This record gives sequence, structure tokens and C-alpha cells, in this order.
Amino acid sequence: MSTTTAAAAPLTKKTAKPPNPARVRRRRRLAQWGFIAPAVVFMALFFGYPLVRNIVMSFQDYSPSTFFTGESPFNGTDNWSKVFNDELFGKALWHTILFTIGSLIGQFCIGLGLAVFFTRRFPLNGVLRSLILLPWLVPMVVSGVVWRRILDQDTGVLNSFLGTLGLGGDTPWLTSTNMALISVILVNVWIGIPFNMVILYGGLQEVPKELYEAASLDGASAWRSFRSITLPMLRPVITVVLVLGFMSTVKILDLILALTDGGPADSTQTLGTLTYQNSFVQLDFGAGAVVGNILILISAVFAVFYLRANRNEGK
Amino acid sequence: MSNRFTPRVAVPLTVVSALIGGAVLSGCGQQRDPDVYTVLNSSTDESYHRWDAQTLARCGKRLGVTIEQQSVPAAQVMTKALRMASSKSLPDVLQLDASEMPTFAEAGGLIPLKDLGLTTKDIPEGIVDFGSYEGTYYGAARTVNTLALFYNKDTLDKAGLKVPTTWAEMRAAAKKLTHGRQYGLALSAGGAEDGVFQFTPFMWSNGGDETKLDSPEVAGALDYWKSLLKDGSLSKSTVNWTQADVNDQFMAGNAAMMINGPWQVETLNSKKGLDWGIAEIPVPEPGDDSVGPLGGGVLTVPNTGDEEREKMSAKIIGCMSGEQEQITYALNSWMVPANEKAAAEWRTKVPELDALADQVATARSRTAKLGARWSSVSLALQSAFQSALTGESSEAALTRAQKRATSGN
Repeated sequence: MSTTTAAAAPLTKKTAKPPNPARVRRRRRLAQWGFIAPAVVFMALFFGYPLVRNIVMSFQDYSPSTFFTGESPFNGTDNWSKVFNDELFGKALWHTILFTIGSLIGQFCIGLGLAVFFTRRFPLNGVLRSLILLPWLVPMVVSGVVWRRILDQDTGVLNSFLGTLGLGGDTPWLTSTNMALISVILVNVWIGIPFNMVILYGGLQEVPKELYEAASLDGASAWRSFRSITLPMLRPVITVVLVLGFMSTVKILDLILALTDGGPADSTQTLGTLTYQNSFVQLDFGAGAVVGNILILISAVFAVFYLRANRNEGK
Repeated sequence: MSNRFTPRVAVPLTVVSALIGGAVLSGCGQQRDPDVYTVLNSSTDESYHRWDAQTLARCGKRLGVTIEQQSVPAAQVMTKALRMASSKSLPDVLQLDASEMPTFAEAGGLIPLKDLGLTTKDIPEGIVDFGSYEGTYYGAARTVNTLALFYNKDTLDKAGLKVPTTWAEMRAAAKKLTHGRQYGLALSAGGAEDGVFQFTPFMWSNGGDETKLDSPEVAGALDYWKSLLKDGSLSKSTVNWTQADVNDQFMAGNAAMMINGPWQVETLNSKKGLDWGIAEIPVPEPGDDSVGPLGGGVLTVPNTGDEEREKMSAKIIGCMSGEQEQITYALNSWMVPANEKAAAEWRTKVPELDALADQVATARSRTAKLGARWSSVSLALQSAFQSALTGESSEAALTRAQKRATSGN
């Protein structure tokens, strides 16, 4: 900005009219807004509008007849009390928390382990690394359907495999109310590993080799150099991986629909499936919007924590 | 430098963003072609799409118009049609699943067919009810389907068993037929409409009712399912199976009998050497009526506000559900014609499906009593039988379901 004002001064001097600083400032401001406008319009249209609409909708009686009449009368907090009085909501919230924490821990630990493993040089490193990407390339619904077959209690591949190893082989992966959520988490971990591994692997490439050389001269063990060099150097990358992972995990829908459809007996209902069920099965869009808003709120709270953590880092 | 460019840059940028915004905001009004009519259905399956296309070509020729077919997956028809309603681009004919029709009718989205000149002559009362909401006839069925007991003839013969007709017989037969990898019976208790559809014949034949889920009759039906599971005659995966999964299990020889519908016959016949038979679903006590659920789509005229087109839409429906078209469609899709005369003729052509026609004659519509409230009850019921099959007592699960179903709306 300072350069532009410096350039502006001599130009205005050459003109016959006396310089008008107020006008210059106004013009500059106009230019600034001109550049910002496209972004603001875009954000307002595609992020702001749906967000506001969703919040408004959660206070409206938005039913199938709304599509014909265009009328959606406000009904106060009816939708909210309906959702909060539904015992399914508490269950779904709890499942969402377990699912998100379980998935993130699993994906991150295995992803980091693999990333560290692949930083070593060995034959076929590149081939293996690209093969591990496969789960990420398969559409989630396809993975869901395939895993549903694999995890079938009687005819699934996993149980017959465990059976031949003599490890039982009649685990009710998706058919027991205690087991289903764990199975769904395991499948999601499998899906999320490649993403975590790729980003962390990229981060590891950025860590200067000299640091490790220095550490080995100081006689640090492998564990010590991992803890004192790798982890701190990776911190920004780790935050990004966890935040992105959280955002995509907390709103999970397609995988669960394909694997269990929220069952058995609602044991795998999450906030994502609940909002789907409210909106598209019961066609109660108001109640669906309430659950959607809660999901947004959770993400927003998390985003605030993330921004604060980042700011502290900058200091 | 910047102030020299200011107006030149700022103005175009603002104009461009305003233009983009304007283009996005202004909805595009759709102009309808007077000679082209559209039908929205769920015939995404290749053969169904082809059969419907042939029917529409014949009807179009007869009525002198072009009829286009648009197919979306069954689960999306409702939401797609609602979106079309809000953008004023509804199709001329909408094929809805009969259990979804009341919701659409309640919203004011359908035109009564009698107002448009369609009659219910020759249509059995049960099927008129099936296409009606609060006494008004909105949906014409071409064919209907229901559930029946499919059995593997060879397996039953080998075990020296007769086809079961009562619950006790079915339980005993299923237990005897369960050995090795083979289960005696397969059915779907999945957490979606499939599972509820399969539970209704047991609930209704036992005298239970969807308006009172916590009655002893409904609990009795659920206890019967539990007993089959406890005997080991049903796979534990039952709670995770759709009706298509059940059919796969039966075809693979993993189940000697199954509860399923006629829409599976096309697939069943693709497996050579599988000799299957079909019977009515067994009843609690000898002499009880076997009451199955009526299923299938109904053809409706959505409220587009254009009366001339709506009249033509009714003519298209009249042609599609004409006697001859019904028989053609029924023979293709293995379902039962809705019209009495057509059904009688159809019976002579496919005597092996006699049991199915009998089952249809006594079958009930799921939404006849509850109308648009069905979806809440259905969700509560799914959760209840899944809880009961995975350990809870039937009474406790159903009491909770009844509470949930009535508080939901």
C-alpha cells in the first residue's frame, strides 16, 4: 500500500488541478472493494446463503407441502425440542464422538507409522506407496458395499479367514449392537490411512536431514530423535491432517449408509445419518436442519480451537 | 498507479460479480413442449426401463404424443419430485411407491384421478385403497406385488418335508433344514423399509396392527422371529440383510426357504438347476388368513396447474394401466395385474404363481390406516425389531417404539 501512495503523489502534482486527497482515498477504497467483491459475492452466495437458510429453516415447519405452496410458517423451537427429546439424538451424538475419535486415532497412528516407514530407501518403495493409495481412490460407497460383504458373519471373507487360522471365525462384525460401531470405525480407518500417510510423508520430506545427523552424533536413540525432531518439525502438518480428518469424519454419512444403514437397532446412527433420516426419510426438513446446524456448530467450535492453536504457534 | 486504474478495474469487477450473482439467482423457467410428455419413474434397472419404454411408445402412438421416460433410483423419486415441484418443473406422470403416495397427496401435490375421468371399474377394493389417500383415488396401479414363501423343492423333497403352512410347521421345517452352511429360512430384518415390509405379514396374520405397536399380537409376531433366530434357523446376519441379499443367499443355496417378492423371480430364473416353488406365507394357527403387504408403484398425475396437460396425463395413465398393458407388464416383471379381469387371464398364463395371486387377494396396504404417518411408524418399528433380534425383549422394544411413533408427529 505504501508504494502506491508514493507513486500517486507525483502523478497528481503534474495535473493542473489541485490534489484532492479525499477523492484519491475514495478511489483507492473503491479499487480495493472491486478486488474483494468477487470473493465476497462468492462466499455470500455459496457459503453464507445456505448457512443462513439452514439456520432459518430449523425454526420453520418445513414439510413436503412447502414445496408446493412455498409456505413454511415459523414454529418457534418446535423442531429443536423435537430433536432434543428424541432419545436417538443423544445416542447419535455419542456415536459420532466415538466414531470421530476412534477414526482419527487409528488413521493418524497407522498413517504416521507408514509415512516414517516409507522415508527409508528400499526396493519397490514407490510401487508399494502408490498401492497403499488405493483405498482412497475407491468411492466411499463402493468401499462400503465391498466391506459389508467381507464382514458378513456367515459368508464373509474375513470370518472364513479367521476361521482357517483357528481364531473363531464367527465374529458378528456388523450384526451385533456392540460390535457394529467398532467395525464401522475400522473400515473408516482403512479408508483414511492413505490420506494421513501421504500428507505426513510429504511433511517428513521437509525435515532437514542434518538434524538427524546431528542427533546421531549426539548419540540419540531412534525413538528419541523421532520424539525430539520428527514430531516437533511435523507439528504444522499434523495439525492440518487432524483438522481435515476431523471435518471429513464428523459428518460421515455415505459409508455408514452403505455398511449398516445406521443399524442394527440404531447402534451406528451418527449425526450425519440422523439428519439424513429426518430430512429424506421422514421428510421433516426442519428437524433435519436442526441436526445439520449442530454439526456445523461442532465444526465451528473445532475451527476456533484450531485457529487459536495456530495463533499461539505464530508468537 | 493504482488510482489511474481504479475506475477501469473496479467497475468491470463489480459488474462481473453482479452478473454472476444474477445468473445464479435467476431461476430458469421451463417451457413445456405441447406434444412431449414426461414420465418420472424408478425403472433404473435395464429391463424395467426397456419394458416401460415399449409401453410408452405404444401409448404415445395411440394418443398421438411423444412420451419421454426419466428414471431415478427408487429411494430418490420422492425427493426429486419435491425439488421439481418447487422449481415448477414437475413431470406429467409420476410413478410413486404406494407407501410414499400419501405424503405427496397430503402436500397437495396430486390431482384426484376421478376428476380427470379415470374410473376404478374392475379394480378390486383392496387395490383401489392401495392407490387412495383419505378416500380419494390418486394412484392407478398397473401391477401389484406382495411377499410369499419361496422354497427350494429339491431340498424339501430330500428332507421329506411338506411345504409349511403354519408358524409351528415352518419353525420345525426350518430347524430340520438347517445344517452345515445351509439355514432353514432367510428373511430380511434390515434397518430400512425392506425389513418392515417383511415384518408386516407376520404382524398382520397374527392380528397385530401398525396403529398399536405395543399390543401382544405384534409382540407375538416378533417373538416368533426371535424363536427362529434362537433355533439357529435364521442367520444372525438377518438384521443386516436387504431383500436382495436374502435372494442371493437363497440362490447360493445358503437358505432352503425364504420370504421374498416376485420381483426376484427374474434373477432366480437366471440360475439353472434351481428348482423353486412358491407358497403363501405360513399363518399362526391353521385356518388363519395369511395377510401380506401390498407393494408396488402407482401412477399419479402431479399438480402442475395446467389442466389440459393433466387431462392428457390421465389418458396416458389410462393407457398404461389398460388391461392388455397390465398383462404384458405383469408377465415381464412377474407381478400380479391390478385389474380383476387381467389378473384372471394372467393366472391361466402363469399357473406356477397361483399362490402369489391368492396372497395378493388378501393383502393389505401399509398406508391405508396411517397415511402420511407411516414413515414415522416404520422407522420406530425397524429400530424395535432390530433391538429385539439383538437381545432386548420384544415387549420393551415395542413399547418404546409405540412411544416414539406417537411422539414423532
